[in-house]
Amino acid sequence: MVASITIENIKKQYGKKVVLKQINLTIEKGQIYGFIGPSGAGKTTLVKLIVGMERPDSGTIHVLDEQMPNLKLLQEIGYMAQSDALYLELTGRENIEFFASLYQLKKTEMRNRISFITNLVNLNEDLNKKVSTYSGGMKRRLSLAIALIHNPKILILDEPTVGIDPELRLNVWNELLRLKQEENKTIIVTTHVMEEAEKCDYIAMVRDGEILTSGTPIELKKLFDAANFDEVFLKAGGKSYENHRANEKNL
Amino acid sequence: MRIIALMKRICRQMVRDKRTLALLFVAPLLILSLMYLLFNGETADPHLGVANINEDFITGLEDAGIKLDQYDLTTTPAETVVADNLDGWLQMTNNQLELTLHNDDPTKAKALQAKINQTVASLLHNGQASVRPNVEVSVNYVYGNSDTVFFDVLSPILIGFFVFFFVFLISGIGFLKERTSGTLEKLMSTPIRRGEIVFAYLIGFGLFAILQTIFVVFFSVNVLDVVLEGSIWNVLLTNLILALVALSLGTLLSAFAASEFQMVQFIPIVVIPQIFFSGIIPLEGMADWLQILAKIMPIHYAGDALKGIMYQGFGLSEISSNLYALLLFAVTFILLNILALKKYRKL
Repeated sequence: MVASITIENIKKQYGKKVVLKQINLTIEKGQIYGFIGPSGAGKTTLVKLIVGMERPDSGTIHVLDEQMPNLKLLQEIGYMAQSDALYLELTGRENIEFFASLYQLKKTEMRNRISFITNLVNLNEDLNKKVSTYSGGMKRRLSLAIALIHNPKILILDEPTVGIDPELRLNVWNELLRLKQEENKTIIVTTHVMEEAEKCDYIAMVRDGEILTSGTPIELKKLFDAANFDEVFLKAGGKSYENHRANEKNL
Repeated sequence: MRIIALMKRICRQMVRDKRTLALLFVAPLLILSLMYLLFNGETADPHLGVANINEDFITGLEDAGIKLDQYDLTTTPAETVVADNLDGWLQMTNNQLELTLHNDDPTKAKALQAKINQTVASLLHNGQASVRPNVEVSVNYVYGNSDTVFFDVLSPILIGFFVFFFVFLISGIGFLKERTSGTLEKLMSTPIRRGEIVFAYLIGFGLFAILQTIFVVFFSVNVLDVVLEGSIWNVLLTNLILALVALSLGTLLSAFAASEFQMVQFIPIVVIPQIFFSGIIPLEGMADWLQILAKIMPIHYAGDALKGIMYQGFGLSEISSNLYALLLFAVTFILLNILALKKYRKL
């Protein structure tokens, strides 16, 4: 397997508050990698470090074999932030075109990509309406389309399904699965919804700036002897985790 | 070019926001026109009660623009003045002129007193005209003339101030919106450079600042008839550099505001104090440390330059040091802006 992203010994603190302590992980190409954890666990900081918007206090991050932060590499990364970063006064098309020109897409390429991704997120008909008239779900879909506009190799989505209805959540996930399968994209998703963990290929459970445990969904459930991920998380993070480890040693 | 894409987007957003456009273009004209009308307003003719004043004197006073009412002699003029709401009372008793002023408005009272003094002087003068040679008093003015009104001196500074104020406010809030809506963070996840963002903002908002400056200057000169001794191009140039300072300062300070309301809170701290050092109040009379304070106020330099061009007819060489000072402010603020964006992306 080819590693898309390698993170080694990352530490990050803001003032006195340590946000990330000693993180190590490798994300392989063509995977959906999930960072699961409660709000404030450090998921967003981790994601921002990968995008190169933050610099780690120590440790290194390599994306596609280049050390981050790296301006050129941003061309290969599609980033969707927690909030819908859209210009409400502009239409959906104008929003997409603006970001497309920041990635310096050529005219014909831009036209093709726009029609492709708007089909994908099902926004064709509303493309010429102002974003201020969009519903919350439409804004999320537009944000996703913008993250995909430059056909990036790596897609980083910070809480992509927050505040959208179950049907749309399913849509977004089907889309992510399709992007992984058909376009072989590496996708990083953060979420605090445990049921979404099941859909990832690989999961890292983040809490208090540490990765509690990581593995495939099946591995983790087996390891912690849990029926669902809420249980895995509780067991991994709480006292039961210590007990679990103790038990393991005893065996 | 990314700068062009960003510029285009800023312009598009501005054009869609009709209210902000109105604020930028109509508000300064409205305020300037109002000030013009207020400062140029004719004062109402003073109203004077007279008793036992001879015919010549009465015609003289009437010629001086004083409205007269004839009364009988009284020993209690003050009561009549108040009762009939007169501005003053003048009576002649025992060859002695006695003036009682209402003085409810000191400015009005002083003006009336001056008019009466003038009339008295001219009457005495005429009375002795046959004896003494007629001496013409000619008054020379260094700047302006006898028609000069306060507004002429004030308006160059005001034009500069409005350009500064509105550009500061609109660019600051515009950039703040980019920060608070999360779009700046999104921008930073694209390969755009920090400097490109700052310059795109300068050029995008700068275009509107240019239009506003042209609007305000032409309106002042052609409609309000403000004196313009120097070149209108120098006025535009000075205002443009000032707008650049306002732009870069506005976007810089938006880094320290969490909301639009907090941006507005900068007005009393950053904008209003500049009025006092703009040249409306003479600097020479201020304490030394205040004069030093004036040196860090961009509007101080702009006001000086604009007054120089419009009122004193200075050319480019005489205001160049002011323009350099303004440019120094702009460059400093622009560099700080690029630095401040590191908060969003370290590279």
